[in-house]
Amino acid sequence: VAVFKKLVRSAEGAHVPHNKNTENCETVKMPVPKRVYVSMSQHIGAPAKACVKKGDEVKVGDVIGTAGGFISAVVHSPVSGKVFALDEVMLTNGRKVQAVVIDTDGLQTVSENVKAPEVTDHASFVQAIKDSGLVGLGGAGFPTGVKLDPQNLDEVDTLVINAAECEPYITADYREMMECGEDVVEGAKLVKEYLGLSKVIIGIEANKPQAIAKMTELTNGLEGFSVATLPSVYPQGAEKVLIEQTTGKEVPQGALPAAVGVIVMNVASVGFVNRYIKTGMPLVTKRLTVDGDAVANPQNVEVVIGTPVKDVIEFCGGYSQEPGKLISGGPMMGAALANDDMPVMKQNNAILAFGAEKAKLPDASACIRCGRCIAACPMGLSPVEIYLAHSVKDAEELKALYADLCMECGSCSFVCPAKRPVVQSMKEAKEFMRKAGN
Amino acid sequence: MKLTVSSAPHITGKDTTASIMRDVCIAMLPALVAACVFFGFNSLILTAVSVAACVAFEYLYEKMLKQPITIGDWSAVVTGMLIAFNCPPSLPLWVVVVGAFFAIVIVKQLFGGIGFNFANPAIVARIILGLGYTGMMTAWVFPDATATATPLAMYRAGTLPSYIDMFIGRTGGVLGETSALALLLGFAYLLFKKVITPTIPVTYVATVAVMALVLGIDPVVYVLGGGLLLGAIFMATDYTTSPYTMKGQLLYGVGLGVITVLIRRFGNMTEGVSYAILLMNLVVPYINKFGRQRPLGAPEKAKKEAK
Repeated sequence: VAVFKKLVRSAEGAHVPHNKNTENCETVKMPVPKRVYVSMSQHIGAPAKACVKKGDEVKVGDVIGTAGGFISAVVHSPVSGKVFALDEVMLTNGRKVQAVVIDTDGLQTVSENVKAPEVTDHASFVQAIKDSGLVGLGGAGFPTGVKLDPQNLDEVDTLVINAAECEPYITADYREMMECGEDVVEGAKLVKEYLGLSKVIIGIEANKPQAIAKMTELTNGLEGFSVATLPSVYPQGAEKVLIEQTTGKEVPQGALPAAVGVIVMNVASVGFVNRYIKTGMPLVTKRLTVDGDAVANPQNVEVVIGTPVKDVIEFCGGYSQEPGKLISGGPMMGAALANDDMPVMKQNNAILAFGAEKAKLPDASACIRCGRCIAACPMGLSPVEIYLAHSVKDAEELKALYADLCMECGSCSFVCPAKRPVVQSMKEAKEFMRKAGN
Repeated sequence: MKLTVSSAPHITGKDTTASIMRDVCIAMLPALVAACVFFGFNSLILTAVSVAACVAFEYLYEKMLKQPITIGDWSAVVTGMLIAFNCPPSLPLWVVVVGAFFAIVIVKQLFGGIGFNFANPAIVARIILGLGYTGMMTAWVFPDATATATPLAMYRAGTLPSYIDMFIGRTGGVLGETSALALLLGFAYLLFKKVITPTIPVTYVATVAVMALVLGIDPVVYVLGGGLLLGAIFMATDYTTSPYTMKGQLLYGVGLGVITVLIRRFGNMTEGVSYAILLMNLVVPYINKFGRQRPLGAPEKAKKEAK
């Protein structure tokens, strides 16, 4: 049977090193920095609109940005203090977005608006989640309130909790389970109840046996709950891969998981749901893994959103060597930062700093057509053929090769022995396809 | 602070083109040792000259055309070893240099260098030398002084060579093909290092064995007695000239097996491996189309939908 499956699609993934150096580092709360830069675009969709002005006093949990559209998310003040300016910050993709700059007073006075929401049904639950400012904390940043309100709710029966944490180095989700496992289970119960689901599957990679044991124990006897052990091969945490691994279902091209009756949420997002419904404290802090060979004391920290990366690094003992590369997120899909002024955002889960040696880019050589990119691609795509089709501008062929299914996980680039920027060529091919009107 | 801003992924795997090619060379060492044992020190000299000629031709070609020098990727070394492995140990050294020229300059570099050749350079070299210097290319050396023919020729003439001699390599033939034991050691190394998957060699050999049985031929002689293992393990698995996917590789392996047996059984030649590989190399682009995978989430009948 396994051989037959391989004939349809190899989908080996990439055997990336795990480097979970910080897995046993209990989360440390970082003190509030002097100044925070809260971006109005910390999610997929329309940026939020700042609703405060220079000189305004704000408290923790006050709304400082209102949702800018249907797919958007509110932004709250993570600190108490005074608005210093409405400025701009540059995102990792080079786009500039509005940001509220707040000088903190260090008191962290909580806003009187922060109180547990009243939730009685699906509609009030979705409203509460929208008010919480929650976005997918795994990295994608899709507004959770929108996700929990699918058009075909009655066809959705399964919540898959993404606790794969397949990116090397990152252990933030692992710490969520080890430190706040109860929140995860309670949060899952809330989602299950208000969305009327029958199944909850928690997917965890095999390289986290303690988390698997803990979540199995916590969900023992709970109806509809199960823990799925995933192979420790990147990228188990990719949404479509995770759904296939845990439910055996294939999300059709161009469709959302809800089309096959599934909603996927990151494990930290689920934990947050419980905390928010209990306390009403919106999303104002984030747990981050800080690691890399240029960080003096690698660890997991909880920081207020908007904290500049350099302050986080400083809290972790500063740079242990001249950094050659800074990454927001994991080494497979994270974005390289141009400087360390960039603020932490909701969907960030790691800051990695590497020295010059690891920042060196490999020299690319000619493709030897070994087919390893095809064997590795978790989607079963053919990067080498997509590259060739794009090089002769053949939009029809790109369509036949399903180039648009690429999720840019980077497995192809990782395994390429010629060190070619394969995922880059995939992005370019997709861009070309889009322009060609496919 | 000088930060490198490059796109993800920020890490890559350990394997490089050079490390893969070097592993192929290492995997060929047991067969080279076996050749030295059974055919004498001359085997080593022939191999060294072939390798040196391949590397030199690649260097000179690239230097003359002011292209980046790629001899560091070890692929010319692989080709050099394979050409020598496909020659009888008694071959005059200048003939192997001619083979190296055809392989590197004509088949590899004129088509764009590594990754762009349509056929395996060493296979083409073997075929050209076989056609152009037939006498020298069939001047066999026999470890066993009483022997007068290669196992396949003996079998054709009605005698049965010893299984154990064929397995160990105490038989006549080209330099690298005689010892099944040494070739299998190399195969194990390539599998262990994940340089190749077993798909092509296993389907190829299995097809030959099954077809031989069906045609009433001793399958052991067909598997061990000629260039099958050398071809199946080291030449049919050449990345550039073999199919990408497992599905394609299965078809490729079956095709190789069928053509090999047809040539050996019904053709004028006793050996059919190199022509089988060359012919199948040529249809790889079509096999690749046939062998495409169905991506996750793509419709079941992907091909019909796409048209």
